[in-house]
Amino acid sequence: MPDSVMQNSFHLDAVPIRLERCGKTFAGGARALEPLDLTIRGGETIVFLGPSGCGKTTTLRIIAGLESPDAGGRVLFGEEDVTALPIERRNVGMVFQSYALFPNMTVTENVAYGLKVRKIARADRARRVEEMLDLMHLGEFAGRRIDQLSGGQRQRVALARALVVRPRVLLLDEPLTALDAKLRDSLRLEIDRLLRGLGITAVYVTHDQGEAMALGDRIVVMAKGRVAQVGTPREIYYQPADGFVADFIGTMNRLGGVSRGGTLSIGSATLPWTGPDGRVELLVRPEDLALAGEADGHLDGTVAAAVFLGDRTRLVVEPADGPALTVDAAGRSELGRGDRVWLRVDPARLLAVP
Amino acid sequence: MAMQNLSNRRGWGFWLQLGFTLLVCALLTVPMVMSMLAGLTANYFVGLKSGLTLRWVDEVLRVYSGTILLSLQIAFACLASTLLLGVPAAYALARRPGRFARLVEEMLMMPVAIPGLATALALIVTYGGVGDLRSSWLFILIGHVLFTLPFMVRAVLAVMGSIDLTTLEEGAASLGAGFPRRFFTVVLPNCRSGILAGSLMVLTLSVGEFNLTWLLHTPLTKTLPVGLADSYASLRIEIGSAYTLVFFLMIVPSLILMQGLAKRGRPSV
Repeated sequence: MPDSVMQNSFHLDAVPIRLERCGKTFAGGARALEPLDLTIRGGETIVFLGPSGCGKTTTLRIIAGLESPDAGGRVLFGEEDVTALPIERRNVGMVFQSYALFPNMTVTENVAYGLKVRKIARADRARRVEEMLDLMHLGEFAGRRIDQLSGGQRQRVALARALVVRPRVLLLDEPLTALDAKLRDSLRLEIDRLLRGLGITAVYVTHDQGEAMALGDRIVVMAKGRVAQVGTPREIYYQPADGFVADFIGTMNRLGGVSRGGTLSIGSATLPWTGPDGRVELLVRPEDLALAGEADGHLDGTVAAAVFLGDRTRLVVEPADGPALTVDAAGRSELGRGDRVWLRVDPARLLAVP
Repeated sequence: MAMQNLSNRRGWGFWLQLGFTLLVCALLTVPMVMSMLAGLTANYFVGLKSGLTLRWVDEVLRVYSGTILLSLQIAFACLASTLLLGVPAAYALARRPGRFARLVEEMLMMPVAIPGLATALALIVTYGGVGDLRSSWLFILIGHVLFTLPFMVRAVLAVMGSIDLTTLEEGAASLGAGFPRRFFTVVLPNCRSGILAGSLMVLTLSVGEFNLTWLLHTPLTKTLPVGLADSYASLRIEIGSAYTLVFFLMIVPSLILMQGLAKRGRPSV
């Protein structure tokens, strides 16, 4: 049956993953991961995002079977409890930041390795390797040695090697980090296409928010061994759970205001507002602040820096008091350092952080 | 014309360097050539005009063939032992870096730092009375393994340190390979250059080892270097020299063979 599937389009089973109370304390007592509960839906691409040391790689390695969770933690693939299984018996595909390709083998031998381990007959093996190399546009490199390939080609070989065995889950540990920017973009698109097409459950670890937004069905933002927020890229971007998430994803401005009896005072302006009375800290994206005239502006400040980005000009505006604000103006804007500007705030776009 | 251009371009610095290099080469090779030539000369004190002969080589092979064979036997047994002990030891040290591993590494180096005579004496004092060990060639083998093991471990460890062994193994494990398969298909082939370098070292050191062997040997377990010392001390210089010639003929092909192996493409695993 898998053969007929292969001929149409390579498609893999969508196995859900469940983590129950998975924590990790290293010898010596350092807590790498606070106990974590998470369900990853079958076929979903989930991205663990966070700065280094946040626990994202530890989580991935627990799913992979390269680390075991602290006592009491469980890892389930579908209905099967795999907690006690080492990685070689979990049937996962894994892609590493440093490729981990075998230098003693050719591209073909690398891709065939997992099939050999599974004792797939020679003819079947050769056919599946060839199909996978074609899928990854690696046909012409079949006989090459690994050291004769570029970084992008190596990572495509690593993907082919991980996928050819039809794993239950695909795990990617910062697969694009070692590549230069341009290659990173093109390979990211290729991975995106691949993950959508295969329908496999994929867990992707990165510290790059752009990658996370582009690839993730859902993103798990992590900090200091804890989950800060789980949500779709839109939720994470527009409704960050806290200041850390807001700052980590994209650019966020902070405004101080005072809420009193259904109004909010920011600078000299008063806006309609619902919320408890008192000082509030507000977050607003650069694209939700607009340049305005003196008459309809809410805040005024001086341009401290203007960076021309082509389609827009990014301004850093220093208000009379409070932290500097980042605002986007039209690309053709002639505003420059020292100019006085007025900004309009849409109260519906303001986020109050607890 | 072309020759002239060539020599014009090469200044006096080039010729000075060439001269110096040749001088150093001569300094190293002339004594060896002289020695080998002595082994082929009918009468060394008369000189080359006494004629060339294979008589001395013949005599060496007749009298000392036992030592030559024993040396080879010990060298290959020593290689097998250091491979079986040293490669896993290097692997264990590479996979578990830490203070304990460094300590073990230092301990392994001890036999190199301590004079061979001292090691040999310690072996005799400690194990000399165990069964027939004292009169067995295995006693010399033990000494050689002790002395050569650090070289094997160091050579393999150096290569293991230069590749990301942990990640390579994790990659193989993710594809379903259990430990034995990972070790034989990924770890060993990628440490091949270190294993070959170590093997080369071990063979050469074992065949030429004198310090330890001189104390450990018995009249029935003489190795080539011990026999060589014997012949120089008690026989004609021509015989000693012929013996040296045999030693060269034995060691050089194996050196070239192993170098060739190290250069040849990928392993056929």
